[in-house]
Amino acid sequence: MSAPTRSRVRFYQVGSSAVGNRLLGADQRTAQADPDRTNSLTSGHRACQGCGEALGARYVLDAVMRATGGQAVAVNATGCLEVFSTPYPQTSWRLPWLHSLFANAPSVATGVAAALRVQGKADVRVVGQAGDGGTVDIGMGALSGMFERNDDVLFVCYDNEAYMNTGVQRSGATPPAARTATTEAVGAEPGNPFGQGKDMPRIAMAHGIPYVATATVGDLFDLETKVERAMTFHGARYLHVLVPCPLGWGAAPKDTIRLARLAQQTGLFPVFEAEHGEVTGVSPIRRKVPVEQYLRPQRRFAHLFDETGAVAASEVVGRLQAMADRTIARYGLLDAPDGEEGS
Amino acid sequence: MLQQIEGSRAVARAVALCRPQVVSTYPISPQTHIIEALGVLVKTGELAPCESINADSEFAAMSMAIGASAAGARAYTATASQGLLFMMEAVFNAAGLGLPIVMTLANRAVGAPINIWNDHSDAMAARDAGWVQLFAETNQEAVDLHVLAFALAEELSVPVMVCMDGFILTHAFEAVDLPDQAQVDELVPPYVPRQVLDVDDPVSIGAMVGPEAFTEVRYLAHARLARALEVIPVLAGRNAGVLGRPAGGLVHPYRTEGARTVVVAMGSVLGTLKDVVDGLRDEGEAVGVLGVSCFRPFPGEAIDRALAGAERVVVVEKAFSTGFGGVLAADVSLALRGRPVPVHTVVAGLGGRPVRAASLRALLLEAMAGGMAPVVFCDLNTEVVDAELGRMAAHRRSGPPAENVLADLGLVAPHGR
Repeated sequence: MSAPTRSRVRFYQVGSSAVGNRLLGADQRTAQADPDRTNSLTSGHRACQGCGEALGARYVLDAVMRATGGQAVAVNATGCLEVFSTPYPQTSWRLPWLHSLFANAPSVATGVAAALRVQGKADVRVVGQAGDGGTVDIGMGALSGMFERNDDVLFVCYDNEAYMNTGVQRSGATPPAARTATTEAVGAEPGNPFGQGKDMPRIAMAHGIPYVATATVGDLFDLETKVERAMTFHGARYLHVLVPCPLGWGAAPKDTIRLARLAQQTGLFPVFEAEHGEVTGVSPIRRKVPVEQYLRPQRRFAHLFDETGAVAASEVVGRLQAMADRTIARYGLLDAPDGEEGS
Repeated sequence: MLQQIEGSRAVARAVALCRPQVVSTYPISPQTHIIEALGVLVKTGELAPCESINADSEFAAMSMAIGASAAGARAYTATASQGLLFMMEAVFNAAGLGLPIVMTLANRAVGAPINIWNDHSDAMAARDAGWVQLFAETNQEAVDLHVLAFALAEELSVPVMVCMDGFILTHAFEAVDLPDQAQVDELVPPYVPRQVLDVDDPVSIGAMVGPEAFTEVRYLAHARLARALEVIPVLAGRNAGVLGRPAGGLVHPYRTEGARTVVVAMGSVLGTLKDVVDGLRDEGEAVGVLGVSCFRPFPGEAIDRALAGAERVVVVEKAFSTGFGGVLAADVSLALRGRPVPVHTVVAGLGGRPVRAASLRALLLEAMAGGMAPVVFCDLNTEVVDAELGRMAAHRRSGPPAENVLADLGLVAPHGR
């Protein structure tokens, strides 16, 4: 495995691997640095303060619009993103946008792509987007169909690890031990059980589709880079973006970016990209962080700590640490590639 | 040109003549021959430009049609029975979004018990979905209704479901006069959407609507669908002129002049009913038939007019609302606007049971003699029903009723008794 090709130059002045735009040439700057960006998801929407999904969607779609010269259509599953962006009669979308149902966004996107192709508009690209419930649970059949047919759609999952729109219920992407409204922090094993859940990026890779990548809103330059990379392929592409949810995670709105970074730096959320089923690059962990530092600021894990913030459920935290360590080993997240600083 | 052709293949050819641009397909009996034939037409390039997509489910197939239609393409799919129910959320959604999708429904029973044969339970389950529902009596009418359906859907921005009886029509080989391309091009002009996903003029489609406007949006959907009652006769008249034969309409009266008893029905059973009525007319009975071609929107006024002289109405239905009775009969009763005319329901042909002329004749004579119950199940085997009711009364754990009935009929070995 090698680091993504674009990571030859790194700037660490913001405490992450994000690159300061001011230090880059105009052609290397992010889409968000461009005052003439589309603002695909423009201001005025109803997302909560600190919403990771709103941030992620804006970056993803503006990057798509830049990559396609404004020739893109978005298809949205039901969920927070759909609800907070289009309260009738207003809309925050500045690109053609279609919402049909919760479970069918991949199929609708396939239909849109087919319609564009048949009308000779194949240069117009299609993005499907959904939360983790719409992706890994109710929409997974449709998504798997879209993948195996290799339909020309970039599908983006904004993963906030539960059904937030309906009031924080467990999904197949909810991590073990997390409290949700349907995995309450009560009983002998409080929170979400261990040994469950889906690893959707690897499921996507198993379809052998051209491009699969993960990203977080903790590294927005990386997110944009992956969108740009995805748009260089035709066929089915999948982008899984971790988007902290202050409401559902019980975290401060100001901690959205910090938690996204901690998820990556603990190894709990591996950031990598894959082409045709093979991992082609990972974002290495520069300074490995114990999982408890990621868990502590989130009330959904409050039952693992006592009032002083000390670990109260050491066995549970140990199992989560073991999960992170396994993920680090699987993707070689601590194997510093050339020019990278190890842990 | 008249040709001997299977109903499904005739419909596939008619659909192809209408130049759909996206066809999403998923197999389910008895609809499968339609999408198979269309797949060949697309693959050979005979139907071009057209994208045919093998969907991963009926839910996906309808969703693809939604996406395609919203992106400005003429979209078509076909299904039946469980497939319609599996896609039902998207069926409602297509209507709510006002997308002119055309779908063939090869009418089939809905399980459990699983049954692949014909009745109208599937179409009745979609009654309130906001689609136009047209019922074909013959394969010729099925062909002509598809030509009408595309023009109707796009004129009104509503989805249209063309219902044709599974197997009885879809798998029947009979002479069908297929229109030629020039005729269809005249009757189905290119699709000009009212709303479209366009990068040069971006719109948001499918926004959330709360209590402040939902009623108005729904009212508009109702008004749009109801307009089909005006547009269908116009299109049917125009199509008939071009095709040189009757080509659709709201209702089809047959020998209703002076009829004191009128039988109302939809679909292929009308052929049998006409034969029965011919026989009764020969015997001097004042009886006629009213075929309902358009079930949704419901042509209440046309039905009321057609039944103006009737003293008794018998509705023969291949479906019923469990725990209530006839679906079409209830609508027909309302259409009579309180006139004191008895409306009987004859439930017939469920799950593919042949609807025999002799049985219909006997029931009609019974009705005309004033002795028929409000809801009658044609050719019901009361012996097996009573046996099962007896078992249920005698034993708490009487077992699965469908399997018990089959055992009583000697079709499977009895289980554990």
